[in-house]
Amino acid sequence: MSSNPPHRERVFEAHDVTKTYHMGEVDVQALRGVDLELYSGEFVVLLGPSGSGKSTLLNILGGLDVPTAGTIRYRGDVLTDFDDSALTGYRRRHVGFVFQFYNLIPSLTAEENVALITEIASNPMTPLEALSLVDLAKRRTHFPAQLSGGEQQRVAIARAVAKRPDVLLCDEPTGALDVHTGILVLDAIQRINEELGTTTAVITHNAIIAEMADRVIHVSDGKIVSTDVNSTKRRAEELEW
Amino acid sequence: MQRFVISQMLLSLDRKLLRDLRALWGQAIAIALVIASGVATFVNSQNALRSLESTRAAFYERSRFAEVFAGAKRVPDSMKSRLEEIPGVAHVETRIVEGVNLDIPDLNEPALGQLISVPDTHPPLLNQLYLRRGRWLKPGADDEVLASEKFAAANELDIGDTIAAIINGRRKQLRIVGVVLSPEYVFQVKPGDIVPDPKHYGVMWMNEEALSMAFDMEGAFNDVAVELLHGANIDEVIFRMDELLDPYGGRGAFGRKDQISHMILEGDIRGLKTTGLIAPTIFLCVAAFLFNVVLTRTLALQREQIAALKAFGYTNFDIAWHYIKFVLVITLAGAVLGTVGGNLLAGFFTEMLARVYQYPEILIRVRWSIVALAISVAATAALLGASAAIWRAVRVPPAEAMRPEPPANFKPTLIEQLGLGRMLPNVARMVLRQLQRQRIKTCVSIFAVGLSVGIIVVGQFMQDAIDYVTDLQYNRVQLYDIQVNTVEPLSTDITHALASIPGVMHVEPMRSVPARVRYGPHYRRVAVQSLPTDVTLTQLMDRHRATWQPPPAGLVMSKILAEQLGAKVGDLVSIEVLEGKRPTLKLPVLALLDDIAGLNVYTSLDSMNRLLREAPRASGAYLRIDQNQQAEVYQELKEIPALAGVSVREYALQSFQDTIAQNMGTIKAINLTFAVIIALGVVYNGARIALSERSRELATLRVIGFTRHEISAILLGELGVITVLALPLGMGIGWSFAYLLSTYLANEEAFRFPFIIEKSTYGLAVSVVLTASVLSALLVRRKLDHLDLIAVLKSRE
Ligand SMILES: Nc1ncnc2c1ncn2[C@@H]1O[C@H](COP(=O)(O)OP(=O)(O)O)[C@@H](O)[C@H]1O
Ligand SMILES: [Mg+2]
Repeated sequence: MSSNPPHRERVFEAHDVTKTYHMGEVDVQALRGVDLELYSGEFVVLLGPSGSGKSTLLNILGGLDVPTAGTIRYRGDVLTDFDDSALTGYRRRHVGFVFQFYNLIPSLTAEENVALITEIASNPMTPLEALSLVDLAKRRTHFPAQLSGGEQQRVAIARAVAKRPDVLLCDEPTGALDVHTGILVLDAIQRINEELGTTTAVITHNAIIAEMADRVIHVSDGKIVSTDVNSTKRRAEELEW
Repeated sequence: MQRFVISQMLLSLDRKLLRDLRALWGQAIAIALVIASGVATFVNSQNALRSLESTRAAFYERSRFAEVFAGAKRVPDSMKSRLEEIPGVAHVETRIVEGVNLDIPDLNEPALGQLISVPDTHPPLLNQLYLRRGRWLKPGADDEVLASEKFAAANELDIGDTIAAIINGRRKQLRIVGVVLSPEYVFQVKPGDIVPDPKHYGVMWMNEEALSMAFDMEGAFNDVAVELLHGANIDEVIFRMDELLDPYGGRGAFGRKDQISHMILEGDIRGLKTTGLIAPTIFLCVAAFLFNVVLTRTLALQREQIAALKAFGYTNFDIAWHYIKFVLVITLAGAVLGTVGGNLLAGFFTEMLARVYQYPEILIRVRWSIVALAISVAATAALLGASAAIWRAVRVPPAEAMRPEPPANFKPTLIEQLGLGRMLPNVARMVLRQLQRQRIKTCVSIFAVGLSVGIIVVGQFMQDAIDYVTDLQYNRVQLYDIQVNTVEPLSTDITHALASIPGVMHVEPMRSVPARVRYGPHYRRVAVQSLPTDVTLTQLMDRHRATWQPPPAGLVMSKILAEQLGAKVGDLVSIEVLEGKRPTLKLPVLALLDDIAGLNVYTSLDSMNRLLREAPRASGAYLRIDQNQQAEVYQELKEIPALAGVSVREYALQSFQDTIAQNMGTIKAINLTFAVIIALGVVYNGARIALSERSRELATLRVIGFTRHEISAILLGELGVITVLALPLGMGIGWSFAYLLSTYLANEEAFRFPFIIEKSTYGLAVSVVLTASVLSALLVRRKLDHLDLIAVLKSRE
């Protein structure tokens, strides 16, 4: 098992988090008592089979969903006490999301999709800077329909990081991509984690990707079963699968 | 085995149909309501039209309504057989018709009566009376009358009541023994009025012997009604009748088309024919549009389901049929509602018609052929709207449909291409590009919402036009308080006699000369209004309120009359005078008057008297009186035997307003309801579809920190733009509809709608539609608040 790097500030602190979905007659226990800490600047991969509760956990951390029981602290604030508008404000200021299906706005160009965020953020980079981070500055005037899947995902990453979020949460960012483009996307996420120091959590069920992480958190059946600390992180372009 | 599987699957397809319907219930109801409105208006208007036509036909046939009418001064009875000999004549009924002044209990002001003779020994053969209450006249009775129902009702007269008539200068008490209906007087319009005034105009029937004694008409008649043989040439008959009657003061025979009651009925039926299909057409077009957009969206969402079904072996037809059933279920629900509503509406209209028309009974019933026609037209419209959407979706090959639809293509909008884009926030850009990408849908939405604005404008336009006409007719044209008519043209000294009545402040003479005005092959019977050139108590005024003076020589005539004759300004027309020495005058048309009611011809009193080579005569006068002495003036006027009719402007106005206001209220309420249904249907569906199409986008925005408020602005901004663009367009649509309608109705002889739309009408239309839009927006906004952020992100689309 691992020892947590003590010199780093704690960003998230989850204590005994459970989440139960009521589906008519049956209850689905998506999370069954999760304890978790995430530290400033680290790159964490959540690894586990489909249906194990990874997305649920990430959504709760990101303020998209609330747990049935348990507490979440974000830098001392108790997220679980927030109401809907406080959660919206929290997402607006601190969190960057990247989804499996990109979720770009089809009626806006790459640059405008990013600008959508920079317009409501307090200390953003320019949309162009954000696009440069993912190597897409030259495609700034293109609409989503004119971009490949990998390019769309990189725009989504630019959009997520343009406001300089404290945390970047990525739910299977390469799930819909082929190997080659997947690596380009992971590379972008990795560089952002390193260059901006953004605390980054990436969900995947692909064990290879875990080699990029500082820590790998294994999730199974709604629980965290183990945590590995990688002594050496791999670069994205070195991954093979 | 295979059969079995397929039928199992079809059953689950039907289950899917029900679930789809449940998921879309709000939109389904909105569309069903629009369909219902279309079916209801169709059923109602066609029912009313058929009812009017068949009721009238039945009544005319049963009572043997005459086909040619003629009045004269005094014709010896021996002429009856000469009239019967005219080729084409089937039957001749001769009568005595006399106008009298009435003194009705509890009625201060004078009223006019029309006494019509019926044979003592047998009921009339033509224009038979329908006895509503009471009994027929006793043979030989000289003080009994049958009263027309409207007149009796308006004055609350009943069997056994008596009224006084001034007959040949003598006051005579007449007892009402029966209340009747007559095909000649479905509408009872007092000469000179434009709408019925049953309170002050009573038609009554009396024994011929008594009437002929009272008016010194023994052995003579002064009115003829004629029934024609099948295929008779009516113009020929009229010509021959005129030849026979001219020596006896004939005032010109005329057919049904110039008979005032029939003329008004014809106008109503024509109006229903032209306007009755407008509303259903609008509704069904809107319904077709709504089906198109809703199905386009639904099918886009079910793209992969369709692909799967095809992979299982369903044919394109199977799948198309599934969605057609979806359309048919909604259409049928709307049609059932519309049939019920249409028959309810028809009930309203029955009451309205029963009030307005005097028929023994109104034949309104549910006509299933009309209902069937309405439903099949509705279904056709719905399927036309849906088929393009269905075909587009069903045609996609399954392998292609399995893949997600590629992201939609967008381009910078025109505004941005013009370099103005920099000034737009991203949210505005999203709204504009979305609208531009679905150009056709956007345009049709704008048009449909505009339609509902237009419908309200048209409905209100009727009111505006009526207000305008009322003001024109009663405040600007008629500046007198009372108009009197004499029994016969009298010396203009009558004005002095009238002026000497205490309370009468000012008198101006006039002469109304019955004549045929002829130009080339065309002629019309008219009364030439001869007025002093400096007349002040009445005005020659056109629809734009421009006034003319009675010309010192020559004629000013209604534009519509000139058009019927084919005459232009400067042409010489013949005036064949139908009284006195009956000269034929050739007079130039000096000006055309674009007026709003009747077929009018004007000249100056002096020139008319000169042309007739008579001492100055008048057939009536306009009076202005001291309002404080009203009652006294009325009383004096009732006592003057030379006066045949007294008409009080104030009461004419009242009856005009009563007749019209009663019906306008109902019509406007119905109109408004329909406009709201369209506006709600279009805006609500538009909002729901936008929500469905954009929920993914909007959820994404919520996830990355946009507030509910901000995403509402994006979604509702789209609706806002549509509504805002629709408003001016709708005003334009309303304007054009009203204009079209007014030109349709501009050729009616009795009454012509002017084209007037007040600003308040636009105001009302805009606020009603805005309210409907805001309401739809709020309904959708509630859904927006419950957007499931996580679910949206999990799925691909
Ligand atoms: N909205 C929901 N309603 C009901 N059950 C849900 C919902 N979201 C997730 N679940 C269930 O919770 C469990 C965990 O789901 P999820 O967190 O999406 O897993 P993962 O992302 O690891 O695949 C699964 O069993 C899933 O079916
Ligand atoms: Mg997941």
